[in-house]
Amino acid sequence: MFNHILRALTKGPVTEPAPSPSADGLAELAGRIEAASRARLGRSLSIRAVDAGSCNGCELELHALNNPIYDVERFGLRFVASPRHADVLLVTGPVTKNMAEALRRTWDATPDPKWVVACGACAIDGGVFAGSYACVGPVETVIPVDLRIPGCPPRPAELLAGLLSLLEHSASRG
Amino acid sequence: MTDQTDTASPNTARLFDRLDTLGPRAVEHRPWPRHLTDRAGWLTLIDDLEKDGGLALIGLWADADAGGHKVHAALRDEASGTGAVAVVSLPCPDGRFPSLSAVRPSAIRLERAIQDLFGLVAEGLTDPRPWLDHGRWGLRHPLANTPTTTDGTAPPPSYPVLPCEGEGLHQIPVGPVHAGIIEPGHFRFTANGETVVRLEERLGYVHKGVEALMRGQPVERAAKIIARLSGDSTVAHSIAFAQAVEAALGLTIPPRAVWLRALMAELERLANHLGDIGAIANDAAFSFLLAHLSPLREAVLRAADACFGHRLMMDCVVPGGVAPDIAATGPQRLLDLTADLRRRFAPLVAVYDDKSSLQDRTLTTGVIHRGLANRFAAGGFVGRASGRDGDARKSPGYAPYTDLEFEVPVLTEGDVNARVWIRIREVEQSLSLIEQIIRRMPGVPRGPDGITPPPLLTLPSVGEERAGMALVESFRGEILTWVRLSADGTVARCHPRDPSWFQWPLLEAAIEGNIVADFPLCNKSVNGSYSGHDL
Repeated sequence: MFNHILRALTKGPVTEPAPSPSADGLAELAGRIEAASRARLGRSLSIRAVDAGSCNGCELELHALNNPIYDVERFGLRFVASPRHADVLLVTGPVTKNMAEALRRTWDATPDPKWVVACGACAIDGGVFAGSYACVGPVETVIPVDLRIPGCPPRPAELLAGLLSLLEHSASRG
Repeated sequence: MTDQTDTASPNTARLFDRLDTLGPRAVEHRPWPRHLTDRAGWLTLIDDLEKDGGLALIGLWADADAGGHKVHAALRDEASGTGAVAVVSLPCPDGRFPSLSAVRPSAIRLERAIQDLFGLVAEGLTDPRPWLDHGRWGLRHPLANTPTTTDGTAPPPSYPVLPCEGEGLHQIPVGPVHAGIIEPGHFRFTANGETVVRLEERLGYVHKGVEALMRGQPVERAAKIIARLSGDSTVAHSIAFAQAVEAALGLTIPPRAVWLRALMAELERLANHLGDIGAIANDAAFSFLLAHLSPLREAVLRAADACFGHRLMMDCVVPGGVAPDIAATGPQRLLDLTADLRRRFAPLVAVYDDKSSLQDRTLTTGVIHRGLANRFAAGGFVGRASGRDGDARKSPGYAPYTDLEFEVPVLTEGDVNARVWIRIREVEQSLSLIEQIIRRMPGVPRGPDGITPPPLLTLPSVGEERAGMALVESFRGEILTWVRLSADGTVARCHPRDPSWFQWPLLEAAIEGNIVADFPLCNKSVNGSYSGHDL
């Protein structure tokens, strides 16, 4: 174990440089965020992930964001355990009917100002589960959505680019 | 709970020797026999299950067609060493069937799901509460021949948790939205101080109606849905579905496709184990191992991406073969990967083995006794850490594993530590399997015109109804997939049974008597799939 620590100290981190913020994401966010909330947030966002019926594929890639290669916390992006601590709800899945109320309640429990990110094909349009008797459909039918990150599942670099565009926007003081 | 493996009566012929007495064998079912029985035959089956602990229930599902409703039970002979598999089917013209729950507790949740989805009544079901149906679909019995609509706006009925009474007990409700980046489910702990007296799980929150979505769809479309049943097992579930379809159609796929599927399956197993071993250590607050193992998982996913164009290899296995052939540089890239992982993994295992403060958390924590694992026919690392040596790659076995050399690690302690060690050993086995597969995989066949055909066949049209079944080993354990194809080649019914069905109930037993703070360790070491189970 001490050899590992020594190597890490001498060789430097394994973390890779950040991708550039997604242009699509920036465009989508333009005009959505009030100047007042920008000032309040500064350059950090606390994210609460909510699985509203995902196959777990998106969660696997969200986990990858926390590994030392992507190291999402260096950008001020942090996954938090409670919606009470969150600025952003990151929602995955086609919103099953059995999860819709829990999602709504999680949104209600998140203090303003707050943003919602629909993560992955299912959250954006229901994906392969669209039209099922057990699914409500896109996240935006349940709560308002500010940013969409497509992919099935989105690669960690795509997730990072999308979240960085949210961060850039919230930090730019118009 | 006692070990029931050897309690078969020596005087009577075992069920697998007299399956024909239950009823005639159905002709269109492959590769294992299916016997159509009547109520008396079904009661004989229950009687046998009660007397013969070596008779494992490995699946229980219902079907509906023009002929009415049926229930199917898949069984395996675990006592004789042959590992024979068979399906017994009971028509339910009056909408009822005798429950298996009293003799196999693993049937309880499967029968509750059948009641919810088909409206069949399991007579004598020991726990008749709804399971997947939370009263929010606006629909009852969605898979029955005649579903009934309900008022979707009415408040859902309350769900009574099992009573647990005693002095000083308190309840801790957790979920469905959990604290981490995890799938949703509800856990109701009843604790006395720090000690858990009872855990009750409530699942079904991510029920997406997968089985109804697949019905009537072309096989290609159904394969896309199956690939999204459980993201961490997308390859294994895709293989199981493909094998079931190919068995039904009597299709032999190109040898290269068989080997490429196994290559993807082992990469998936490797990625999941590497990530989970680190996550288990992290749940004991030892983040060092997660920090060093998660980059190894990332290396596997990037190699998979480079070889097959998708990090999780979703949609890469399709009925008829595999969708892309491996990239030209893929084999060398994977050999480099295994060499790198061998170099980096062993020292991390040594760290786990050396840290007494970590072992203090994992040893004797969350014990699942062998007898209970047997009654639930638990597979994967959960079963293998509790003395069960089952592995679908060995028994019933399928190509190319029948030509490959590997060991199935087995331990008997049944605690978190044993489950970690099974996963460590399986990482080593998967590394070896990947190397063997790359060295022995059939080359790319070239036609005389120099064109390389992809290892994928068009599905034949057989013009009659067919049924097929497959048993495939995912990283989590054995998947059973059963499929019935219509005469026009579309999917009439598909039932994918994730290994989690038989592992989730064991978590309730594992946590009993442990402290609340050890629940994350127990949970992660079992790692049931919510999505794969909720369908």
